[in-house]
Amino acid sequence: MAAHVQTGKNYINEFAGLKSWLCSLDHKRIGVMYAIAVGIFFLVGGIFALLLRTELFSAGPTIMGANTYNQVMTYHGAVMVFMVIIPGIPAVLGNFFLPLHIGAKDVAFPRLNLLSWYVFMAGSILAISTLFTSKIDTGWTFYTPYSIRTSTATVTMVVAAFIMGISSILTGLNFIATTHTLRAPGMTMGRIPLFVWALYSTSILQVLATPVLGITLLLLVAERTLGIGIFDAALGGDPVLFQHFFWFYSHPAVYIMILPAMGIISEVITTFSRKTIFGYTAIAYSSLGIAAVSFFVWGHHMYVSGQSEIANVIFSALTILVGVPTAIKMFNWTATLYRGSIQFTTPMLYALGFLFLFAIGGVTGIMLALIGLDVHFHDTYFVVAHFHYVMVGGVLMALMSGMFYWLPKMSGKMYQESWARISFVFTFIGFNVTFFPQFILGSMGMPRRYFDYLPMYESLNRISTIGSYMIGFGFVVGLITVIRAIYSGPPAPANPWGGKTLEWTVASPPPHHNFDVEPVITAGPYEYR
Amino acid sequence: MWWLSLAKASSFAPTQATKIAAEWDSLYQFLLVSSLVACALLIGGMIYFVTKYRRKTNHDKTPYISHNSMLEFIWSFVPLVLFLMMFVWGWSLYYDMRTVPSNAKEVHVYGQQWLWQFEYKNGKKLNNEFVVPVGVPVKLIMTSKDVLHSFYVPSFRIKQDVIPGRYTDLWFQAEKLGEFHVFCTEYCGLDHSKMLAKLKVVPLEEYETWLATTTELTGGPGAQIYNDKGCVACHSLDGSPKVGPSFKGAFGKNSMMDDGTEVKVDENYLRESIVNPNVKTVKGFPKAVMPSFQGQLSEEDLTAIIEFIKNQK
Ligand code: HEC
Ligand SMILES: [Cu+2]
Ligand SMILES: [Cu+2]
Repeated sequence: MAAHVQTGKNYINEFAGLKSWLCSLDHKRIGVMYAIAVGIFFLVGGIFALLLRTELFSAGPTIMGANTYNQVMTYHGAVMVFMVIIPGIPAVLGNFFLPLHIGAKDVAFPRLNLLSWYVFMAGSILAISTLFTSKIDTGWTFYTPYSIRTSTATVTMVVAAFIMGISSILTGLNFIATTHTLRAPGMTMGRIPLFVWALYSTSILQVLATPVLGITLLLLVAERTLGIGIFDAALGGDPVLFQHFFWFYSHPAVYIMILPAMGIISEVITTFSRKTIFGYTAIAYSSLGIAAVSFFVWGHHMYVSGQSEIANVIFSALTILVGVPTAIKMFNWTATLYRGSIQFTTPMLYALGFLFLFAIGGVTGIMLALIGLDVHFHDTYFVVAHFHYVMVGGVLMALMSGMFYWLPKMSGKMYQESWARISFVFTFIGFNVTFFPQFILGSMGMPRRYFDYLPMYESLNRISTIGSYMIGFGFVVGLITVIRAIYSGPPAPANPWGGKTLEWTVASPPPHHNFDVEPVITAGPYEYR
Repeated sequence: MWWLSLAKASSFAPTQATKIAAEWDSLYQFLLVSSLVACALLIGGMIYFVTKYRRKTNHDKTPYISHNSMLEFIWSFVPLVLFLMMFVWGWSLYYDMRTVPSNAKEVHVYGQQWLWQFEYKNGKKLNNEFVVPVGVPVKLIMTSKDVLHSFYVPSFRIKQDVIPGRYTDLWFQAEKLGEFHVFCTEYCGLDHSKMLAKLKVVPLEEYETWLATTTELTGGPGAQIYNDKGCVACHSLDGSPKVGPSFKGAFGKNSMMDDGTEVKVDENYLRESIVNPNVKTVKGFPKAVMPSFQGQLSEEDLTAIIEFIKNQK
């Protein structure tokens, strides 16, 4: 199949001009447009993160006041969650590779796909616009009643999150329909790549959970603008109700973020071990299992919120159960390495980095799931460290892994391995330097969202800040490597890594319609025999 | 076992000042050790495999191992049992945290934007600090006057959100004398990180004499309002700006507003600032932070607090 060399036209050069991109219905082009948008938002969120860490370098005001700090903290969280990590993997890599992985020409509803991008952009621009008005300082969680009383930009931001939610629902719908209806002949559900299984599980969550967020946010807007008492005790509402609604979405959202990441890891590890995945069925079903259970564990964010004690016990038991499918996946990936033929390319390094960080994120997640233990940890830096290990250590490592893995396919160019590895080393080490001390800070009792802290927390905060600069440097090097590859990298062959999934059977970059002849599938996705 | 003591040393938890804290620490140490073992297995296994099975040639053959039911059963079942054990332990710790002894002394706690207020049964009130006897269970009955807050004593390993419109509670029995930090751990706006209180644990007799001596507030009914309504959280009397401007020397001067106008601070301006604080905002201070006291203060109260401010020369 390596016959598809760069002779003919591909999705990039088939049409020219900005309009051909902005009106494109091609899932690959839409994926690239998402990549550009998410990349820019990631830079924005990252700058906020560095500002925060710089402020926290010393106790007392360092470079900004409490009010600015609270705003920067809010924007860092909101941008990273709603505009980077949630859309990141599904909308960028999912869009590009889901149809290729199942042997389809495009997604089921290409127009809807383009619409999701525009809706996402509208929401994002609205969200960013609040930076130029009164700004918001609620934290990304918008907890009531504070969010009902503070600055007016909160309404705009909440509406923006609502709009981005619609985009997320549309993408989810599209992916579910695509997976069910557009699989190539012979591509049974038992033969789709694990990345597709992960996207499929994620899409179910997006479709079922996001509407709850939408409704909650609308209720919040109604309360603020019309004075209807829903969440504000002063108006006869119940502030804790908001938390229930919010986490009913936002806990599954955690898996909207992490499941696609796990999908990438399954792909990358098989390719660079040149070995079939260990326990395909277990991994596929554990994705679905995690998705299902994730609807019943939202209360673990509320152990000290004043919800009933019985509820706490039940939520704790259910939460701990999520640990099992997660552990299964970890064991499966490790077992896949066994007797493989391991190649240390950048994507593989990032994937191994994922395993390392996710193991730490996972065990600390178990600690937080235990009610009695969580009472001390809740809302301290321990939680901050835990979810950064999972969200950044997990999702971003996987996203980087996937970007380098598929860059040759998406751009048709190879990147420079040495630079890419430098970027990995800095992000990986920097990450641990930043967030490991935060576990200790949390054990020591330092609360999160603190503009200022007691002097005893200073030295660890300093280490953490230095680590964040290392991460920043690592990502800048990574970005430069990617851009350099796109502009001046050597042309990529169709299958540079010896992968077995379908995207490697077409030219790099793929032709406009993906497959010249519709593929017929006769075996599983990772046939390294 | 040396590694157990290692886990103990590396737990970094603050001073252990209650029995609950000791229970908490044992569970945490157990989790730390099991986590270390789990990570060593996983990460160690991973590192071992990737070094041992490094790609040698470009034509390496690998075995086709699709699954192994026995192995998969073991690594699902063993974690499940371990996790359930941990869950039960966490539950029993939580049970102890939530079971208030019937002889607990009650103290009322009010959270408000950036102030903790404590009220004893005999009417004694304190701001941002309170005193409890050692070895006696104490129950805090808490509510918030505005947004969510959370009452957290790291040395006791306890925490509870403080919610407007309802009561939540928390109990502890201090076993160590000394002073302990109280933090607010639910984000509550501008000065969230300054919402700290001090908890003093003293011997029982000392506590009882302390409780019996009521500190008379000087300054009459205005001072009472200044304290009870929480003006104290944001306005100092010594000239140092807090969240809002200090009351010292406020009356009679010309105050600069954020729209550039200058206002003479007289009785009517003070009245407006208290009842309708968003109409004018003092330059250099945040907008829409001071709550309106419309309807919360009677005419007499208003006069009293304005007289009080006038007296802060
Ligand atoms: C949550 C913090 C907060 C609380 C509680 C609070 N204030 Fe204020 N206050 C402010 C801030 C901030 C300003 C300055 C901005 C403005 O003018 O609105 C202010 C301004 C004022 C001014 C105008 C001062 C000047 O120099 O012009 C007066 C008078 C005042 N407050 C009285 C009170 C009284 C009386 C109470 C208690 C009944 C109170 N405040 C409670 C935050 C607070
Ligand atoms: Cu959760
Ligand atoms: Cu607070």
